[in-house]
Amino acid sequence: MSLRILVGCKRAIDYAVKIQVKSDFSGVVTEGVKHALNPFDEIAMEEAVRLKEKKLASEVIAVSCGPTQAQDVLRTALALGADKAIHVEIPAKEYETLQPIHVSKILAKLAEKEKADMVIVGKQAIDDDCNQTGQMTAAVLSWPQATFASKLDVKPAEKEVTCEREIDGGLETIKVKLPAVVTADLRLNTPRYATLPNIMKAKKKPLAKLTPKDLGVDVTPRQEVVRVEEPPKRQGGGKVASAQELVERKQMSF
Amino acid sequence: MFRLNNLIRTGTNLTRFKHTLVVVEHDNQKLSQVTLNTITAATKIPKNETVTCAVAGTGCGKVAEEVSRLAGVNKVLVVDDANLTGFLPEAVAPVIVDLQKKNNFTHIAFGSSALGKNVMPRVAALLDAQPVSDIIGIPDENTFVRTIYAGNAIQTVRVKDPVKIFTVRGTAFEAVKPNSAATPAEVAPAGVNATKSEKATFVNQQIAKSDRPSLTAAKVVVSGGRGLQNGENFKILYDLADTMNGAVGASRAAVDAGYVPNDLQIGQTGKIVAPELYIAVGVSGAIQHLAGMKDSKTIAAINKDPDAPIFQVADLGLVGDLFKEVPEMTKLLKK
Repeated sequence: MSLRILVGCKRAIDYAVKIQVKSDFSGVVTEGVKHALNPFDEIAMEEAVRLKEKKLASEVIAVSCGPTQAQDVLRTALALGADKAIHVEIPAKEYETLQPIHVSKILAKLAEKEKADMVIVGKQAIDDDCNQTGQMTAAVLSWPQATFASKLDVKPAEKEVTCEREIDGGLETIKVKLPAVVTADLRLNTPRYATLPNIMKAKKKPLAKLTPKDLGVDVTPRQEVVRVEEPPKRQGGGKVASAQELVERKQMSF
Repeated sequence: MFRLNNLIRTGTNLTRFKHTLVVVEHDNQKLSQVTLNTITAATKIPKNETVTCAVAGTGCGKVAEEVSRLAGVNKVLVVDDANLTGFLPEAVAPVIVDLQKKNNFTHIAFGSSALGKNVMPRVAALLDAQPVSDIIGIPDENTFVRTIYAGNAIQTVRVKDPVKIFTVRGTAFEAVKPNSAATPAEVAPAGVNATKSEKATFVNQQIAKSDRPSLTAAKVVVSGGRGLQNGENFKILYDLADTMNGAVGASRAAVDAGYVPNDLQIGQTGKIVAPELYIAVGVSGAIQHLAGMKDSKTIAAINKDPDAPIFQVADLGLVGDLFKEVPEMTKLLKK
């Protein structure tokens, strides 16, 4: 048995960009800002591709929900080694209120449709910082979940995955039965770079388009964003001349 | 007509009251610190009338009793079941869902820890609700404040689902104190059973042992970055932390380089701390690191690079060689 793996890929503002809050407090400025594949999803994709290289997986399917630009990250995923991609098209306006509950229902439908044995997503997206989609997808599918994974031992024959997880005090090991949902933590692997020949090849790989309606998923917002504002600014920059002075400042008396 | 109006009014009045369930985090022996902050958050929900705490575990009677003595707790529901070994979400989430179906809470709160983050979204999806992660404020009973983009923006969201499910950022709320009155809250079996999860099995945990205060609860945190150069050099940070009964943390760079284990990582994807004093040593201050510490009361930084971004947030900055300055500070503080 060889696994079919579905990987969730979110297009998010690049991690190095200093974001700006819109002057009407409705959100952050996204137009003309550099976007990239969410770093945790990059790790998820890398893990799926490595499983394929080890002949444990037969097919890796990249999925992204969003406006047309979501195809950019799907092309990246294909260049990294995904076999095919599915773009679940959501108009820009609706995408603003697309929430993990919607994405998890879409991923669950696709996992069933594509007969996936494993769904791998990043542990969180660096834009909304929710850390929910993987867990919610597992719940919708009634699959077990292996979250914050730092090490995976996949045994398709036994239909089992042993997972080392990052928890507050250290590490934890669990075993989950396949089919399962895995969410990737930072230390699961180091993602590769897409090479130019692979970027060229990726242009020829299949990219299917669907809508939430095709999958029977209602994307009515469950939450309304009331306001987005800047956090209070810290007044830093105070310098001291020596360790002596640092220790003498009253804040240091504990 | 008058009576009908009265009935309607009573009806609306009844629905105005909010009842919150706090899912207690523990290891069957000890209550987790984040639960104390979560209970405070629950008591701050406007119009909230009762706070019920769920203690689910295996041999967790002692923890239930401890919870019953905390201020603001009205009732403790206990699910003591061997099937909850390892607190696997596949077993814990259905228990919380059953508690919800039986009691109809308006709010369900978890601490924003690795455990809370693991279980909470599973509970929410089973109840078909969109949850809110890592809240830092509750302006009204349907509205929550949280950070997005690594703490670089603050978002206020209004939840439309009938049940509001969320995790609470521990550092944003005070820890609840033990009840000063002599009578503890009622402790009762929840009348809910756990089912053994066939799909997931707990194998083991490798928990780092330490005599120092836990990172998220410490009043002083000393953290090291790539500037420490290797794991052995972290000893100078431990020595400094010990003079102030502090905890030691690290940047992602230090964890990735293998200087210290991952559970010490502070930042967007690690732990979020807000101590009285945060001393960043050899940490440049990347966006992702600042997300985990910029609510500290006082930030001190020691770095040889005067242009390091950490100095833009530091209240006290010392440009210098950490291998000279840190031992010097330790020596001065020991006096």
